[in-house]
Amino acid sequence: MTNATSVRAAKPSPSPWKPAKKKPSKPATGSGITALNGKWAYLFVAPFFIMFLVFGLAPVIFSTYIAFFHFDPIGDQTFAGLANFKELLADDRFWNAVGNTFQIWLLSTIPMLLISISLAAVLHNPALKGSTFWRTILMVPNITSVLAVSIVFGQLFGRDFGMINIVIGALGFPHVDFIEDPFSGHIAIATMIVWRWAGYNALIFLAAMLAIPGELYESAALDGAGKLKQFLFVTLPGLRNTITFVLIVGTIGGLQVFAEPLTLGGSFNGGDTRQFSTLTLFLYEQAFVAGRWGYAAAVGILITVIVAIVSAINFVITRRISGESKK
Amino acid sequence: MSVAEAANKPMKLANPNKKPKWMRMSPFSYLALLVVTFLSIFPFYWMFIVASNGNEEIAKIPPSLTPGPRFFTVIQHVYDAADHADPAFGTSADPIFNNFNHALLNTVIVGLVVAVAQVFFSAIAGFAFAKLNFKGQRFMVVFVIGTMMLPSQLGVLALLYMMKLMNLVDSLGALIIPALVTAFGVFWMRQVIDAQIPNELLEAASIDGSGVLRVFWSIVMPIIRQSAFVLGLFSFLATWNDYLWPLLILSSESNFTVQVAVNQLKSSYAIDYALNMGGAFLATAPLLLLFVFVGRRLVRGVMDGAVKG
Repeated sequence: MTNATSVRAAKPSPSPWKPAKKKPSKPATGSGITALNGKWAYLFVAPFFIMFLVFGLAPVIFSTYIAFFHFDPIGDQTFAGLANFKELLADDRFWNAVGNTFQIWLLSTIPMLLISISLAAVLHNPALKGSTFWRTILMVPNITSVLAVSIVFGQLFGRDFGMINIVIGALGFPHVDFIEDPFSGHIAIATMIVWRWAGYNALIFLAAMLAIPGELYESAALDGAGKLKQFLFVTLPGLRNTITFVLIVGTIGGLQVFAEPLTLGGSFNGGDTRQFSTLTLFLYEQAFVAGRWGYAAAVGILITVIVAIVSAINFVITRRISGESKK
Repeated sequence: MSVAEAANKPMKLANPNKKPKWMRMSPFSYLALLVVTFLSIFPFYWMFIVASNGNEEIAKIPPSLTPGPRFFTVIQHVYDAADHADPAFGTSADPIFNNFNHALLNTVIVGLVVAVAQVFFSAIAGFAFAKLNFKGQRFMVVFVIGTMMLPSQLGVLALLYMMKLMNLVDSLGALIIPALVTAFGVFWMRQVIDAQIPNELLEAASIDGSGVLRVFWSIVMPIIRQSAFVLGLFSFLATWNDYLWPLLILSSESNFTVQVAVNQLKSSYAIDYALNMGGAFLATAPLLLLFVFVGRRLVRGVMDGAVKG
């Protein structure tokens, strides 16, 4: 396999959305193999497209629709206009969930980026022995279920007998209540997220680093650049798109975090002081505990808007920063 | 040739005897990797330690760090606990039809069906998007990518309601049908087929008179089978680990997946750590075993699919 499989770096020779570039071997029209044409293509994409319309697009449209209703799936369904949204914007529980979500997201994203890039830099060294083994180890946390991970970390973070508090106590500090104290709880959740994704993202960064031509490092070394300078002026600029990609994927996932807080807090309301209530958890609480599907759907729409805004900001900022460092 | 080899080769050729300074490995790097290895493995080890020691040993300071003698007792408790609500369905005396084993079996079935379906439907659609010509192609690709960006939570409520209308609530079909093909899978396959299969090959085959179906089965599929396997693996793992959707849609024990069965162990009011860890261990051990055999291919799949540049 070549690195052309990559999502963004791939410049498909007959790119379906840029059919203008034509190879001499290719027929003059369209983007694929002309001889293999027509009805088969529709048959091939039909299962996907039908499934996608029914189970991908229709639910999204329908969810948007019920956000404008007082919607009980087995009872009343009356039109509400913007009432759900108005109520939501004045709901302290919603803003609490926004705050929790962003705090967890920040606490997990920044350490994860630093850890992943550092790990990738270590693995990037061709002198490393046993690189296949180390790479495989990095993938291990990622294959486990969030539920199993939460059960283990819930015990490790326990107030009285958790391993982490035993270590904290042995160092002479008072025990930390990772369940009841909001900030500590968010650190616990962020730890679970970082544990799960740091290795995976390190592999992504490693793949990107390996795609940087070795001559760049050699000429940098000839110019007298040490390891740190090489990293700053060769490696980091080479990771520009990858950092953007990891950040955006991490944002889409991170702002929808719910499984870790749900299992650590133990309930849809996010614990005694709603310290674990994230946006998605709030959505599920409103739907399945309060039975207010319309209100929950409105939360879903606001999550989408927030994800879109944050992704756009991420995109612009990472572009700007890496654009400057490139110069 | 893997990306790693491709990138490393020229450097090694250029410096056959003595490595330049920037290539040397500091011992701290190995130390860091050992720490990461420890942190990655420890939670699994800890699952086993707690499950094999029981609650009393764990509630001591310092806790036991070595395996204890009670592993099978705890596992038996997990089986008994999984049986409590529906003894008519199966009991722990009958290991094959025990509810927890049944949940494992359900999960394997759903995982395999979803994996095979995703590979097949993604491959044919990916092939069409990468190599065939049809009207509306460009629009469809942009559309697919656009929708991949939508938060999945947005549709869950409506999907649940639709399952109710389709009479699929509390059935394995509710886990399988919405997952038969995903935009991600199609996109992945489009990339793979585009990268691995030269147009010339397909043109030659079509000049020889092969139809689209034949080209797909005897040329495309054999070439992309490694990537198809990786996509199947990812689908299987995602299905195995899926937690909330099965929890929302399944209510009878005979339909539980393993994550739901483990979740049921929590429902007592004092947390029984040994019991929960025993369940988590049973739900995780098969994946770890699988990982021993396919881990390297998964890693290659992740790295091949990475965004570079």
